[in-house]
Amino acid sequence: MRDVITGNEAVAWGAARARAQVVPAYPITPQTTIIEGIADLIKKGELKAEYIPVESEHSAMAACIGAAYAGARAFTATSSQGLLLMHELLHWAALARVPIVMAEVNRAVAPGWTIWTDQNDSLAQRDTGWIQLYCQDAQEVFDTTVQAFRIAEEVDLPVMIVLDAFVLSHTAEPVDVPDAADVDRFLPPRKPKFVLDVDNPCAFGGLNGPDVYQEFRFNQQASMTAALEAARRSDNDWAKMFGRRYGLIEEYRTEGADTILVASATPASTAQDVVDKLRAKGKKVGLVRVRLFRPFPAVELRKALAGAKRVAVLDRNISPGHHGIFCEELKSALYGMPKAPEVRGFIGGLGGRDLTPDSIEEVFDRAMGPKKEEEIAWIGHKA
Amino acid sequence: MPGTTVTEIRMHGRGGQGAVIASRLLATAAFLEDKGVQTFPTFGVERRGAPVAAFVRIGTSRIRDRSGAMKPHHVVVLDPSLLDAVDVFAGLRADGTVLVNAPQPPSIRRDGAAVAWIDASAIAVRRGLGTRATPIINTAILGAFARVTGVVKLESVLEAIRRGVSTKLEENLAAARDAYESAAVVPPGKATA
Repeated sequence: MRDVITGNEAVAWGAARARAQVVPAYPITPQTTIIEGIADLIKKGELKAEYIPVESEHSAMAACIGAAYAGARAFTATSSQGLLLMHELLHWAALARVPIVMAEVNRAVAPGWTIWTDQNDSLAQRDTGWIQLYCQDAQEVFDTTVQAFRIAEEVDLPVMIVLDAFVLSHTAEPVDVPDAADVDRFLPPRKPKFVLDVDNPCAFGGLNGPDVYQEFRFNQQASMTAALEAARRSDNDWAKMFGRRYGLIEEYRTEGADTILVASATPASTAQDVVDKLRAKGKKVGLVRVRLFRPFPAVELRKALAGAKRVAVLDRNISPGHHGIFCEELKSALYGMPKAPEVRGFIGGLGGRDLTPDSIEEVFDRAMGPKKEEEIAWIGHKA
Repeated sequence: MPGTTVTEIRMHGRGGQGAVIASRLLATAAFLEDKGVQTFPTFGVERRGAPVAAFVRIGTSRIRDRSGAMKPHHVVVLDPSLLDAVDVFAGLRADGTVLVNAPQPPSIRRDGAAVAWIDASAIAVRRGLGTRATPIINTAILGAFARVTGVVKLESVLEAIRRGVSTKLEENLAAARDAYESAAVVPPGKATA
């Protein structure tokens, strides 16, 4: 099927083609049309799944964990305050090593009350042990939803697919949804290593003393490192079958670039037009989009940015009291690199403020200009 | 891809009137012509009866600009009462077109912009779509849009309706055809203000 559908509808189709078996969910704007879409696909017979309307996001994740313990492919979706309410169980899912997949629609955090996009909700879950993938269009959202199950089940870690509120969730564009039989060849049924089974009783999540706990973390870290390769393989296999490849990071016109913009999610898509415009004027600029945020693709980023004189990082988020989060992650990845480019951080687009081609061009202009004193440069800011 | 040419369209309606559905049908019509398309509503909450807008980008290849900033080539106004409530010319390009659903030629004018009109409400009522008080005009208006702008073909609009409209399909197709036949550009100089 090829049709004009929204990012949220693409998530629902992704869950259906991945044959999610249990979908516990609690609605929140702008995620609601995802779970409405899933309910609709179940009704139409496109998906055979147990849909559980729960009383909160905390319960949604708890039900996902239980279902995954029992061997099922579990999926849910949330946003902002809902994700924050889930926080305790995000840690639980990742340390319990259950391969849940969740779509998270980036919505800024209140107060003031807001429903528009920024990344502080998902980035606040950085250290929960979830793999995170940030998407830039509805096709990538569909493809990544299916890919995510492959990655999750290969390394036994949960995966969060992240998409921007409205700019992606509610924007419709052409999406190719392959036939179920084709996707089945990419993603066979889940084969859990351990299953909660009354006929074969065993304990899950028991008391772990200081003599064993640290090794759980060690193993989790090892699996996170393995997730880099798993994500690469999942993407390569997808490209072989369906002709679309994204990479862990995506480079755009970085060859010979002096100044490279590092961005994520939909602003990186808009930035491609800006790079073309500046290249046409003879400016040596390029773009790197970070698609995989956890595990952080440090090796790929070092390679992509080697040779650039300066890097501008556009963050639609902030770690209050420090910097933009992608900017800090990138600086840490480049630390110690010979001839590392100068990194300048820009923050903008918070709470859904539009990141226009002009505002992204301003980032390039300021990055290429003389170095300013301020540590953080704000974009589209009202003085 | 360098060299992508994009046509931007803004639709003004009232909440519940079908501007979002009309924009999606228009995007689908262009998609059926192998164009790159993107469509989105005003981001946020829609209240019944309040002025709303929806947006469509149609390109020669995939649309990458995901900003809300738009300088429309064409503006569609689903409800003539909006002409007093919002500036339908805002951001309109110099050679743009404004298509208004109205019972008679609207008296709006701006230098360089073409003004076109269609009595989509009357067509909808005649075809049994909605009621006289709340006619459902989103398919009729697209027939008129195809006629006055040439951005999409009528056949594509009809196919988009076949794909996207599940009730009163024949009536909706007929409404789009009727509007295509009778849409008219207001002759320059006829209107004032």
